[in-house]
Amino acid sequence: MTQQPQHTKTKRYGMVIDLDKCTGCGACMVACYAENNVPFRQDESDKMRSLNWIRVMKVDNGKPFPDTQVCYIPMPCMQCDGQHMQGHSPCVSVCPAVATDYDQTTGIVSQIYTRCFGCRYCMAACPYHARKFNWWDPKWPADMEKYLNPDVSARMRGVVEKCSFCYHRYQKARDKAYVEGREELHEDEYQTACAQACPTNAITFGDLHNPEHSVYSRSRSKTAFRLLERLNTNPKVYYLSSKSWVRRKADNYLEGENFEQIREKARKAAATH
Amino acid sequence: MSTQSDNQTAAAGNRSSGWVVFVFFMIGLVASIISGWVAFPKLLYSTKQQPIDFNHQVHLEQMGGQCNACHFFREDGSFSGSPTLEECKSCHMYPMTGNENEQKFIDEYVNQDKEVPWLIYAEQPPCVFFSHAAHVKGADMQCATCHGDIGHSTSLREYQENRISGYSRDIWGKSMLRLGEAEHGRRQKMNDCAECHLKETGSKGNCFQCHK
Repeated sequence: MTQQPQHTKTKRYGMVIDLDKCTGCGACMVACYAENNVPFRQDESDKMRSLNWIRVMKVDNGKPFPDTQVCYIPMPCMQCDGQHMQGHSPCVSVCPAVATDYDQTTGIVSQIYTRCFGCRYCMAACPYHARKFNWWDPKWPADMEKYLNPDVSARMRGVVEKCSFCYHRYQKARDKAYVEGREELHEDEYQTACAQACPTNAITFGDLHNPEHSVYSRSRSKTAFRLLERLNTNPKVYYLSSKSWVRRKADNYLEGENFEQIREKARKAAATH
Repeated sequence: MSTQSDNQTAAAGNRSSGWVVFVFFMIGLVASIISGWVAFPKLLYSTKQQPIDFNHQVHLEQMGGQCNACHFFREDGSFSGSPTLEECKSCHMYPMTGNENEQKFIDEYVNQDKEVPWLIYAEQPPCVFFSHAAHVKGADMQCATCHGDIGHSTSLREYQENRISGYSRDIWGKSMLRLGEAEHGRRQKMNDCAECHLKETGSKGNCFQCHK
């Protein structure tokens, strides 16, 4: 090798989910199951045992009819940057097997199934319950194995799995760019399955550092917030909501607290170098 | 007096039994070395022959010295790997030479419309994502750097498969102790990738760079 490979500019892939647009249909979950070979069981009634890389949570404002309002919150892995954006994500810092790491070039937190030995420290550390444990070997109904995605390795019993922001799609998009002699990816070349499946376009995905990507301005909007911001996990999944009570639900704020102010302070603290 | 002579005989007995122990130890050592260095590697690997003895050199000359005449990149950036029957058929629909391997290929695969079950020397496990585009196009590397000078071989060597893992022996390398250079291109274990990446790019890279 004579030529040094050129390093691409650091990316910070993230997601912006507009909760005003989300209808809670669950298309993102279905797309994710199909894309990432997420196993399911015959009896999925016990949701505590369900494996999913993105799940739609439901919250309401706690008021009786006719003032009841409901909001659905799709929750993938938050791909935490950690404080000072140095990749000190809760899960990465506790893994004793180095089975999960923070990719400095994309900001995506990996999970390597062949490395994981299933201690589940990461699950305990993750404040978003984004990680799931394979209690059983995955089993697909007859013929469904032929529909598995070859770009995503299937997991085995005893390992933890989680959303990867469809990293295999990033790899494929990069391959195409290499063959065409390009360095940079277009916004539409790398999109997650959930973002593409969303019928109301509530989920948008892109590089939070790139002003040409829609998530750049959306994540900086006044109604943008993240979940549990006071923990300084610095998630890369932003939510938008015009409703104040939804934004209040994002963290465990006390009744008298001015949560918008606290949120702003936490955000500044997390970004300070 | 009697105790003294007893001691002497005991000492003499110890000396002679020392030789016996040494001889048996040596026999055991030699047996272990033979079983470990000769028998065990044979036990660990099964040897398979490729379905057709392919001559790379002849093809390379015919195709103008270009590997990518048969091993090409698709438009979507993926790498085609071994040619499919369709691609071989574009030349070998009918025999072009009197070669017996070509005849075998046409009789057994072309005429029966069956893909050739090539044994891939560099086949990686399903959890590995390897980008040919990043290495060949991005970093401008030569095929031979990793695959060895296979393009100028006149015959396919035997394929050795690890009986436990089912992977090709080329991944680990011929030497069980991983001494010296690999015989055919480069070894392709994870640490071998990381070593080269550290040298060439200054970083071993993140997990997802090679895993999926």
